[in-house]
This record gives sequence, structure tokens and C-alpha cells, in this order.
Amino acid sequence: MSLGTAATRTTNPLLLALLISASAYVVATHRSTTGAPTAHAYTAFAKLALAVLLVRVVFAVALGSPIPGTHTLVTLPEVPLPHWAQGIRLGGRVTAEALVFAAYDGLRLAALLVCVGAANALAGPTRLLKSLPGALYETGVAVVVALTFAPHLIADVRRLRAARRLRGRPDRGLRGLLQVGLPVLEGALERSVALAAAMEARGYGRTVEVPARIRRTTAALTLGGLLGVCAGTYGLLTAEGGAYGVPLLLAGVGAALAGLRLGGRRSPRTRYRPDPWDVRAWLVTGSGAVVAALLSLASARDPEALHPGVVPLVAPTLPLWPAAAILLALLPAFVVPKDPREPS
Amino acid sequence: MIRFEDVSVMYDGAAGPAVRGVDFEVPEGELVLLVGPSGVGKSTVLGAVSGLVPHFTGGTLRGRVTVAGRDTRTHKPRELADVVGTVGQDPLAHFVTDTVEEELAYGMESLGLAPEVMRRRVEETLDLLGLAGLRDRPIATLSGGQRQRVAIGSVLTPHPRVLVLDEPTSALDPAAAEEVLAVLQRLVHDLGTTILMAEHRLERVIHYADRAVLLPGRGEAPVVGSLPEVMAVSPVYPPVVGLGRLAGWSPLPLTVRDARRHAAGLRERLVTSAPAGASGLVAQLPAPRGAAPVAADGPGTGRRLRFRRRPAPTPKTPQPHTAEVRSLSVRRARIDALRRVDLTVAPGETIALMGRNGAGKSTLLGSLVGLVAPSAGNVRVGGVEPHRTAPPDLVRRVGLVPQEPRDLLYADTVADECAAADRDAGAGPGTCRALVSELLPGITDDTHPRDLSEGQCLALALAVVLTARPPLLLLDEPTRGLDYAAKARLVAVLRGLAAEGHAIVLATHDVELAAELAHRVVLLAEGEVIADGPTAQIVVSSPSFAPQVTKILAPQQWLTVAEVRKALA
Repeated sequence: MSLGTAATRTTNPLLLALLISASAYVVATHRSTTGAPTAHAYTAFAKLALAVLLVRVVFAVALGSPIPGTHTLVTLPEVPLPHWAQGIRLGGRVTAEALVFAAYDGLRLAALLVCVGAANALAGPTRLLKSLPGALYETGVAVVVALTFAPHLIADVRRLRAARRLRGRPDRGLRGLLQVGLPVLEGALERSVALAAAMEARGYGRTVEVPARIRRTTAALTLGGLLGVCAGTYGLLTAEGGAYGVPLLLAGVGAALAGLRLGGRRSPRTRYRPDPWDVRAWLVTGSGAVVAALLSLASARDPEALHPGVVPLVAPTLPLWPAAAILLALLPAFVVPKDPREPS
Repeated sequence: MIRFEDVSVMYDGAAGPAVRGVDFEVPEGELVLLVGPSGVGKSTVLGAVSGLVPHFTGGTLRGRVTVAGRDTRTHKPRELADVVGTVGQDPLAHFVTDTVEEELAYGMESLGLAPEVMRRRVEETLDLLGLAGLRDRPIATLSGGQRQRVAIGSVLTPHPRVLVLDEPTSALDPAAAEEVLAVLQRLVHDLGTTILMAEHRLERVIHYADRAVLLPGRGEAPVVGSLPEVMAVSPVYPPVVGLGRLAGWSPLPLTVRDARRHAAGLRERLVTSAPAGASGLVAQLPAPRGAAPVAADGPGTGRRLRFRRRPAPTPKTPQPHTAEVRSLSVRRARIDALRRVDLTVAPGETIALMGRNGAGKSTLLGSLVGLVAPSAGNVRVGGVEPHRTAPPDLVRRVGLVPQEPRDLLYADTVADECAAADRDAGAGPGTCRALVSELLPGITDDTHPRDLSEGQCLALALAVVLTARPPLLLLDEPTRGLDYAAKARLVAVLRGLAAEGHAIVLATHDVELAAELAHRVVLLAEGEVIADGPTAQIVVSSPSFAPQVTKILAPQQWLTVAEVRKALA
């Protein structure tokens, strides 16, 4: 996830390519367990990323872009638009600068998507759930159910496209995909309802009575904490509030955590064999965070290297330090043993 | 333990109550079987025990249901979770986590048991259900029988006193079903668990049950009694009971063993009345066996199924086989799904593909219809290679009804579905509708396919596939979720089709269905064909694939009650 943050900081294509391959390597060596539906998510996310990249470039070609350029590649016939659509240009000159800019931009988004996919394939959303505090558990379940939605959707689409073939309709192409959309959503909905029933029947969401005093303290702490967090962030972001921003933010976070901890008393849940949060886990999460931090730092110091110019057109160079930072992201591939139990 | 007091359930917007006048009690430590045709409210009764009806499904419940002294009106399902364990029809929909061990622990986590207790119980349950080797496996990679055992295990770990099971063995092959049932019996005997279970495949479960509750029809009051009493009046019954009723045995035998004790006289009568046996059956090939009307087995819809406007004879290349598979191998996800499989299908022939879950039956059907590309060897159906043929062309040569027939149905009404099928197949308007009317009398045009029962859905999907009049028809697990009446109708329809020259290949776990329909049985194991021959020969020689009638009347080779009835007549 931290890799994703890093990706937003740069548009240098070489760095981005490096980032993607780093995540791909970690996934390839540590894919959680073959066969689980989430493990296939990485490929799907990679395809999505590619699509995003292409769409971005196509739009740049068709609609033109505000980047001024001198190297005209082709000139498409410009479609005259009514005056209310001023500012939108259809067709016209396609410059190399605009193309490159669009490709960089698209690549950045694609890298972000790939990183999300990697996180999905490595951790498995259910594993994430185990690390949540008790009070947040129910919200967590909702999120996880939503996350597992995507892989199941993909499986459904595959099954229904096979069924389309059996009906003698072409199973390829956009039309085919669109027509299975509705049944796929229906199926997903039905599955969610069935899952909810199963969870209910197995005691999900049982509560125990807690004294009213504790309940009220919980509410006060959580609300107060959240307010503190908001105020603190505001203080940090506005220039003049720098002095009180940090302490307020810390106090807010503390109060919110205490509130969550107290709130956890309401739920009688216990945890079966929780994942031990050890040195390795710190290394894994740390490596991602460090990459993000280093790249942010680099972008602040040396914006030129991370955002290669497109006007005038220059070949992007590979800045040494950020590249080394990204290589840190490979760390999990080596420190974590093959048995995939790393809670990244 | 479970007590129903004059319970009736009415769903919102329904014309009448789903169940009415349900009044019975299940004492502790009994295994009670809930029987009845489909659509009579068995699932509703089961859901009422766990409190999902009405808390989760909506609707109005009158009367009172108490489980271990807790009233389901005042206790939500989650508050009953420590006394009732529920496993629904589809174990996949039941799983919350993704590995076996976590799944077993999930219920206990929700109840807040101490970590040491959880750890101990998980280990115990792994041993009890024979899952120890699978503990780290992702659930998605398990076979059907394993999934079902994990689902049962996951509700067992909180040590519930009541277990509610909806069709626990319907989707399983005979061996896996035995596995699950053995576990259930052990629970009843060793732990004193109370079990209430609904199941269509009575021949599998009947001898494990202590008592039965029969729901004879929608909204009718249930009949409660010992199994022989209930079976004597039940509209659904396994072949062993069918034979017992036919021969007039009293008390009605429930197991093959009981029946064999009665059967000596019947065997003598049969020896004199008709020379049955494998040779006789083989001689009849490929004409459908049991060409006599299926009289009492079901309303013989088969005879009425005709194909008017058959297309002008397709270009008759010398094509002796409808389909031909030559040393076909398929590799999927680094697993050999099929290894050097040979199979030929002649026109008018019905073949049953049998074998364990995961033996490669569905893959073989998939490659016959072009969904799966062969990695070696070749497949020819009607002279073309299916996976290289465009779908609109292929539907006229081969049609597959998948395991989940609902996948084939997209439209909002039956009429739309039929119109779409006509367009897809390039058939004249009304072709599909005519087929639907023959297969499913009394279905109106504006019915939504989702409101159809399992059996009706299957019939509609079958009609859609038949619209293109494929000479080769494939069915994957057609009897899952069908009651005996729906099954009998299906058998009649398929026999009619075979008589008209359609070749039929069905993958099934249902030995009784194979015995009634198939001329040939092909056994698959681990992607290889291990036996291929006339039904009588194959099933008689295999203890797990032999139908009940065969077991009772061995060494004579009878397969079905209908055959025996015909011989006696």
C-alpha cells in the first residue's frame, strides 16, 4: 500500500516501471496460496492498469491536451464543436509531448492500481481483519465482504461467459461482457445475502451488556478523539496552525484509540491464533513505508528528477537515490520465508 | 430439544402459508429426517429452528418454536448460535474465512471462547471429521465432500446441541456422501447431538434416521412417525421402498439388508417371469431400455415430445459417431484434468459419466462443447472441432445444460427467454415456446425464470438448448435438487429424446438415474477412463455404483423398479 503512495509522487516512467516490477516480484514469490480467489486478483488488477493506461493515451489523442508541443506526429481531422463546448477539442494535432505526458500520467495511475492488486493478492482481506481492534470488527467485516466481492465477480463473469457460449452467442467483445453484467450483479447480491445469513446463524455480532458509564465514556472518547484528529490535521495543513496542530493530532489519535479499546468490551469476540506481529512484520510494513517516505523526500528536494519534463522533450534519466529506495520494496521477498504468513 | 407448537409461516406477498400446522418435537439425541417433494417448505421448517425464519427472511411466524428451551421469537439467530448449528444447501455460501482452520475457529471466535479452548476444539474437530491433512488448505481448492465436511465441522466446534442440515449429500458422489453420513452418525451416537436433516436422496440417508417428518404438500400438516410408517404413505420414496411397495412386503424394508431378507420369493418369481440380465439389455442397444410406458413412475411426458419441423436432413457425411474423442488430455492450472481419454458417442445412445467429484466429468463435457481446449488429442463433434467453432454454429451440433441451469437464463420472462433462444439458434419463432409447453405444461409466458423451482428451471434450460436441435445433448448433474417426481419427468423426457436419435451424455452421481437411463456407463477416475461398458455390467460389478434394486435382487441383474414391475405384469 505504501508503494502506491510512492507512485503518486513521481511520473518518471523508469521509476514507475521499476516499482511495478518490484511489486510483481514480491507477489510472484509470495503469492499467498494458489487457488484462493484473492490470489488471482493481481492479474486482474494488472489488466485493469493496462486498460487505464491505454484509455488515458487514447483520450489524449482524441481530445487533445493542454500541453503545448512542437513535434507534431499526425494531424487528425478536427471536428468542429458548437460554441458551448468551447475548450473541448475533438481531433486536431497530436504532439509527441502530449502523448508522452499522457503516457506518464497513465502509468502513474496504473502503478497505483498494480500496487493495490499486490496488496490484495499478498495479504488476503480476511487476514487484515484479524489485526483490527474489536470495536472496529463489524465495520471491518463489511469492508472485507466488499473486498472479496471483486474476485468473486470475476469468477462469475467467467462462468456466465461460458454460459453465453452455450447459448450460441459470441462470448467475446464488449457487448458480450455487458450482457452478462446484470446476471452477475444479481448473483453477487444473492451470494451476499446467503453469506449474511450464514454469519448471522453462526453468532456474528453477538454483544454483551456493558455498564452505561463505560458506554458513555466510549462514545465521548471516540467522538472527542475524532474531533481532535480533524482539528489537528487542519492545523497541520494550514500554515499558521503549525504550533498546536501536532499535539492536537496526537491527543486526538490517543483518545480515539482508547475509545475503540473500551468499545471492544461490548463484543465478546476472541481471536483464534492471532498472527504474531513480530520483527518480520515490521520489516515488511516498514519497507513499504520507507519507500514512500524516501520518495516523498526526494520529490521535495529534487522535483526535476522525478517529473521529467515533456516540454521540451527529453529522455527520462534514472535518478539513483529514488531507484535505490524503490529496491527496498523488494525486502519482503527475502526476509519472509516461503510459507506465506506475513501480515503485510 | 426442538419443539414446534402449531407453527405456520407466511411469507410477505405469498398467496398462502408456506407451512401450516407444524407441531412436533425432536427429543435429544435423535436424527430426524424431513422428507417431502420440493417446494413444500422443508427449508422453511429448518430455517425456523435456527431462527433465520423469520428474523432474517422476513414473513410472519405463528405458533412457537423452542430450541433447548429458548424461544426463537425472543432470541435472534446469533443468540441461538451456541445451541444450533446450521449448514445450508450450498456450503460455499456458508464460508466466511478462506482456510479450513480459520473456518473451524470462526464460530467460536464469535462466541468469545478462550483461545486455549478454541485451539483444543479445532484439533478435536479436525480429527473427528478426518480433516487434519487439510487444515491449511484454502477452502476454494477443496472437493465437494471435503467442503461439506468443513461446513459441518465449522458449526460443530462451538459444540451445538442441535444440528440442522439442508441437503447435506445432494451434490456429493456416493463415496463422499457415505463419508459425511458416517460423521453424522458418529455425532449422534457418541456426542448425543440432535440432528434435523432434509434430503432428497432418501436412499442414502434413510437407514441412518430414527424418525421422519413428512411434509406431504404445500401448506399441509406434517405426518410424524417411524420411518416405515411414514414411507408407507410418502409421495417420495427411495427405490428400496418402491420395490417393497410393489412386492407388498410388510413391514416395509428401509435398507438393502432388510429387503434382501424379503426378496427370496420375489427373485424366484422373477426368474420364471422374464430372462433379465446383462445380455438381454445389451441386445436392446441402442433402442432405449424399458421402452414400455413409464406408467407409475411419472406422468409420461416423454411420449408427447416430438420434433415437428425437423430440419431437412443435414448433409450426410459418413459420420457413424455423433462425437468422437481421441486420446484427449487436458491440463488446467498445472493439474491433469483428463489423461488420454477415448470416447465415442453413437446417435440414440445415452451415456452416463460417473466418478468422484473432481474426476474430470465436467471437463470432459466442457471439451465436448468447446469450453475447454484440449492440450493433446482431439475432439470431433458432428465433424467439427468444438473449441475452434463459432458458438452460433456449434449450438446446432451440441448443447450442454450446465450444473447451474440458471446460468443459461438471462431474460425477465419465459416468453423473452424463448424468443431469445429462437434468435440464437436461428429457429423459427415459437420453436422454443412449443418445447417449453411440452416439457413444462402450465408455465405462463410472463413467469420470471427466477421464480421457477429447480426442476422447472432445468426443464426451461433444456428447452432453450434443444431449440437448436443439437444431435448431441450433454447434461451436467441434472438431478441435483430434484425430487423423485421431477426426476421421473426428466427421465421420461430424456428417453423420448434418445428414442428420436439424440445422443445424450450425462455426468451424474445419481446411480439410480444412470440405471434408469443409460445404455452405457463410463467411469472416470483422476482424469482417466477406468471402465466403459453396458450399464448393467458396470454398475453390477461396483459396490458403490450399484443401484439399490440391483443390490437387493443380486445375483439377478435388475436395475430399476420399473423393470421389475414390467417383468411381473
